[in-house]
Amino acid sequence: MSTDLSQFRQTYIAECFELLADMEARLMELDVGAAGSEALNAIFRCAHSIKGGAGAFGLQEIGSLTHVMEALLDSLRDGRVAPSRASVDMLLKARDIVLQMVEAARDGVKVPENLGADIKAALQSAADGTPNASPSTLSLEDKPTPPQVTSEVHAPQSWRIGFTPYQTLFMTGNEPILILRELARLGQTVVTAFTGQVPTLSTLDPTRCYLSWIIILSTDKPESAIREVFEFVTDHCDLRLVNITLQTSGPVSEKLPEKKMDALPALPIVSCAPAAAPVTTAASPPAEDPVHAVPHVTSIRVDLEKVDRLVNMVGELVITEAMLHALMRDFTMDKLSGLLGGLSELSQHTRELQEAVMSVRMQPVHSVFARMPRLVRDLAAQLNKDIRLVMVGEATEVDKTVIEQLSDPLTHMIRNACDHGIETPAVRLEKGKSAQGTINLSAAHRGGRIVIEIRDDGAGIDRARVLAKARSKGLVATDAQPAEDEIDAMIFLPGFSTAEQVTNVSGRGVGMDVVKRNIAAMGGHVRISNTPGQGACMTVSLPLTLAILDGMIVRVGKELYIVPIANILETLRPTRADVRRLEQRGDVINVRGEFIPLVYLGQVFSVPNTHQDPAASLVILVESNQQRAGLVVDELVGQQQVVIKSLEANADPVRGVSGATILGDGRVSLILEISDLTLMRASTTAHAWAA
Amino acid sequence: MGLAKKILAVDDSKTMREMVAFTLKGAGYEVSEAEDGQAALAVAGAQRFDAVITDLNMPNLNGYGLIRALRANPAYRFTPILMLTTEGDPSKKEEGKAAGATGWIVKPFDPVKLIEVVQKVCPNKAGGV
Repeated sequence: MSTDLSQFRQTYIAECFELLADMEARLMELDVGAAGSEALNAIFRCAHSIKGGAGAFGLQEIGSLTHVMEALLDSLRDGRVAPSRASVDMLLKARDIVLQMVEAARDGVKVPENLGADIKAALQSAADGTPNASPSTLSLEDKPTPPQVTSEVHAPQSWRIGFTPYQTLFMTGNEPILILRELARLGQTVVTAFTGQVPTLSTLDPTRCYLSWIIILSTDKPESAIREVFEFVTDHCDLRLVNITLQTSGPVSEKLPEKKMDALPALPIVSCAPAAAPVTTAASPPAEDPVHAVPHVTSIRVDLEKVDRLVNMVGELVITEAMLHALMRDFTMDKLSGLLGGLSELSQHTRELQEAVMSVRMQPVHSVFARMPRLVRDLAAQLNKDIRLVMVGEATEVDKTVIEQLSDPLTHMIRNACDHGIETPAVRLEKGKSAQGTINLSAAHRGGRIVIEIRDDGAGIDRARVLAKARSKGLVATDAQPAEDEIDAMIFLPGFSTAEQVTNVSGRGVGMDVVKRNIAAMGGHVRISNTPGQGACMTVSLPLTLAILDGMIVRVGKELYIVPIANILETLRPTRADVRRLEQRGDVINVRGEFIPLVYLGQVFSVPNTHQDPAASLVILVESNQQRAGLVVDELVGQQQVVIKSLEANADPVRGVSGATILGDGRVSLILEISDLTLMRASTTAHAWAA
Repeated sequence: MGLAKKILAVDDSKTMREMVAFTLKGAGYEVSEAEDGQAALAVAGAQRFDAVITDLNMPNLNGYGLIRALRANPAYRFTPILMLTTEGDPSKKEEGKAAGATGWIVKPFDPVKLIEVVQKVCPNKAGGV
């Protein structure tokens, strides 16, 4: 069989020219301000295809250059690095050099040794922070490993292999019999199958794997060769590999006298243990399919219990509906109380059903948390620090959409804690701390929200340095004397980065401002509490779901608006004396000595016939992003869970409004965006009452 | 043995596709090619394949989408699907596995290794080599 691929070299080179031309055109067209992921993807694919073939034809220099191009494109695509003129220029330049290399390859000329070395370094630093892009881990350097199976010869060893596939093994297209056959190729095998889990024929599901095996293998191949046989199924089985050579004085066949090794054919299954006699050494197959909570784009795994509850609920609903129908068929007024009872039951069931349906989308934060130990471990190694990660509340559930969007901000904050927070062991010991730093990551439900805390016992935030930095960057007036917590909050300012040097780990030009923005986009907020020298704590608070909101219905004139309950602090009926007018700044209300700006909703939304006098109306004290405001409304109508309908599908974004909902009577009501309103207050002032 | 095992090779790079096809044909497989996920779905719908080898990063429908779509088709529920990955990047591998891939082949591949891996999940001779 010929395995000479050189005949494809010409095709490859021709393809490279096409791809490079395509890449150039796309790079030129790329709109830096609004680089869509589709455009970047297309460019990425060009680089990717070139790299893919480069290795096969021994064109390492092309491979390694396209690899760093990919790294930068990947960062751009993920938004880790903002696209800029400079990065596009760099990519173009790199493309030209790749072209040179391809031309050289076509003409059979050797390229200069360090051609493209500088651009490679520049690309690398631009893509900085992509952990797999450091030169030492260039994938091209891990050449296809020559199959060790045939090359290494060891003294024969005996292994006991317990192979218990999960019932879902077949779903991946893997086939145990092929695995057993492959094992048989490594040496001599004695295979015992366990059939105890096979159900009766009527309940047997042929798509599931009910068998498990114990294989005694005598081979001169290394353990890695055995593991390689199971490479594709390690996630889908319990695999126990025990070297039993050392435990026996002679060859395995002596230990199993009734099963002569050499007499055994290489067929996989030689004996089946009777179903009634399970062998104790056999790892019993898991009772339930193990649920791997891998975040998945299109599907979620749901606890059977939750589904059962749903089915139950629907059953109840159907019964109630039938009952109401029966009542209505020959309704007389004396049955009114029965009707009302039925209706109230209906509404209760509907509410319960809604909760049950929402809970289906709820997933434990475990899936996001689970990635963090590895992250911390790798970072600690990279930074020469000793860091322990303690996680609490991984079972806390939150809506799937929130989970998906939580990963990036969380990763960033953990990176920050490792990089900027925890000190090196030497520094820690000097400060009288234990050499090992600790990061606590916890999740909990609090007041209808999920609160995630990232607390470290590191150096905390150096306020003097933060302030100096903010001043030097012009983020704060040079003469301003901000309060301590204001200084701490400066790390969230766009364009702020405390790292003296942009480090490989957390500095990448995007910082906490992006974290804050991402969290705010989910309707959450992030706070920092800082004890210099002792550590810092980031507290992220998020709504449990993005689809339903607990709202307070308020009336302004004839209009009804929804104020998210999560934003409401309290409701006041102020006296005239509580309200003051500040020149140029609008009206404020005195709440226990604190002056809070007033927002006249009627005025903001131009609603006719509203009260302009706060003393004659109600003030709802709201808070968002640590900004407070008093909303002046006419009346509180009531509290209700509302389903959020997006406005932006039909209209442009409206300032002060986050969405809309449909009320019980069919009216559309707007949901207020408190963070907008607290900022709009400056422009609103009542005119009527003071006049 | 009966007819040769049929394999569908999916990659947007013509070179890569042809190299896979060439290598596997040399090992006695029958190979069809498709240039992206969407084309692959069309081909896979028209005839049955014994195994699919797909690149991950492709236009129209990428490898993950293709794997998921194939798994949703009863005809391909248990068919071996191998993904071709350039990086040893574990997250890509994980995503592919989550989508339902049987296994993976790291690019640039060694022809011998490719045949070995394909033999592993879709042997074309009884009992393997």
